Amino acid sequence: MPEVLSLNALDARYGDFQALFGVDMTLAEGEVIAIIGANGAGKTTMLRSISGLLKNKPGQIVYRGRPIGGLRADVVAHLGIALVPEGRQLFPSLSVEENLLLGGKVGRPGPWSLEKVYDLFPILKERRRQASTSLSGGQQQMVAIGRALMANPDLVMFDEISLGLAPVVIKSIYDALPGIVGEGMTAMIVEQDILKALSVSSRVYCLQEGRVSLEARTEDVTHDQITQAYFGVVA
Amino acid sequence: MIEWVGAIVQGTLLGGLYALFAAGLSLIFGVMRLVNIAHGDLIVLAAYLGLSTTLMLGVHPFVALIVVMPLMAAIGYALQRGVLNRTLGPDILPPLLVTFGLSVILQNALLEGFTADPQKLNGGAIETASLAVGGLAVGVLPLLTFAIAVAVIAGLQWVFYATALGRGFRAVSDNQDIAQIMGLNKAHVFGLAMALALAVTAIAGILLGMRTSFDPAIGGGRLIFGFEAVIIGGLGNLWGTLAGGVILGVAQTLGAKIDPGYQVLAGHIAFLVVLAVRPNGLFPRVEH
Ligand SMILES: Nc1ncnc2c1ncn2[C@@H]1O[C@H](COP(=O)(O)OP(=O)(O)OP(=O)(O)O)[C@@H](O)[C@H]1O
Ligand SMILES: [Mg+2]
Repeated sequence: MPEVLSLNALDARYGDFQALFGVDMTLAEGEVIAIIGANGAGKTTMLRSISGLLKNKPGQIVYRGRPIGGLRADVVAHLGIALVPEGRQLFPSLSVEENLLLGGKVGRPGPWSLEKVYDLFPILKERRRQASTSLSGGQQQMVAIGRALMANPDLVMFDEISLGLAPVVIKSIYDALPGIVGEGMTAMIVEQDILKALSVSSRVYCLQEGRVSLEARTEDVTHDQITQAYFGVVA
Repeated sequence: MIEWVGAIVQGTLLGGLYALFAAGLSLIFGVMRLVNIAHGDLIVLAAYLGLSTTLMLGVHPFVALIVVMPLMAAIGYALQRGVLNRTLGPDILPPLLVTFGLSVILQNALLEGFTADPQKLNGGAIETASLAVGGLAVGVLPLLTFAIAVAVIAGLQWVFYATALGRGFRAVSDNQDIAQIMGLNKAHVFGLAMALALAVTAIAGILLGMRTSFDPAIGGGRLIFGFEAVIIGGLGNLWGTLAGGVILGVAQTLGAKIDPGYQVLAGHIAFLVVLAVRPNGLFPRVEH
């Protein structure tokens, strides 16, 4: 399988504070990987770096053979990398449909359209004229996912899509994931709910205080390995 | 009695001009939280560009808009991409300082280029024409100015809420980072917003230049009127800005009716009263 993304000794800083230390990672075509790690481990920072919201040295992030670490976020978006951000972050001034349309702004060809997103999440079609902020948390998450899909990305990154949602809502969103990734997308799923993350991925990386503490195939990984990698202690 | 009604009508129509001063200011603040201190001087610049165009091409000031509007829009885009974008950030001071500097530069450049002599755009017969409405003589130019203001505000409203461009403006205003990962280049979006704002400023400058004489030093006063109209109407609401302009205009003409020296003062008093009673203006944008 050709490589879609690789991180090569990726560092990230907020001013003097260093959040990532030499993170190495690879992602092959069509693969779904899970990123787990405690609060503050650096998961969101990693996704922000890949998106171009944090600047890096070009070669630290390579996408389909092209160094993209120094590119602006909108340029990265046009290359086909989409992010469903932590906390949904919908545009409050935009209606549901306008949020989705904005996601389609990059105008990449592909299977996703307003129609397809409405097929995936029919409730959004009913609510399409409403302000995005008037929706429930789960519905807002559907908009955030739909908005990312509208770009027809070939790599999509989900940052804690189950955060703050009721279990039944989480289930319905995860039930929709195979339909999304089945469209040939490569995906990176950041999740606090480890079992959920493992259930949809083929490989898992664990971050601990800005470093990769575990890389394993999902089917091989043991409970003890995860505990060790997650908390840095042997249980 | 009829004189007072006349003053109110005149003030309302004058409010249209103030709303045009204010619309660009309001748009820029709404999209990028930039308070443009040079806005008044840019209005004056547009009036001078109108003057040069009418003299060079021998056309009516309204026809000159065909040149001045795109020119001001281009200046706006270049100014934003070249200078103002670099000043935007978490700190609100740099854009204030830089646009203040720009204001000084513009005034001096206009002084160099056109001297301090008052100038006027020659609108011809339209300037003195009036319509008789129920015993009142209503000037055609003020009436036209007001109609243009309503059309411009309606147009901006349409751009903001019914086009992809406006969607981009609102998205960038809401959350710059997320807009950027959706593929919007905020530097370009800001450039377009400034271009649109200065295209409106071109209209304001031409109408100002036909209505009164102007010189390089009057920008500051126009900035204050525009600013007051925006604040009275409530930030982020374009129809509110029109209402703010009208309130300011009516206060000024009523003040002038009492004593010509009270015109500007009455406007400031109305502004302060509104600010004291409704600190967010009369029609602030409803936050969700
Ligand atoms: N804007 C910022 N400025 C300074 N430090 C930051 C900023 N954002 C994050 N950090 C720090 O960087 C580290 C990594 O944060 P990050 O948000 O990437 O963690 P995370 O793994 O996503 O955590 P969570 O599970 O809580 O979302 C933390 O120590 C955090 O305090
Ligand atoms: Mg996070």
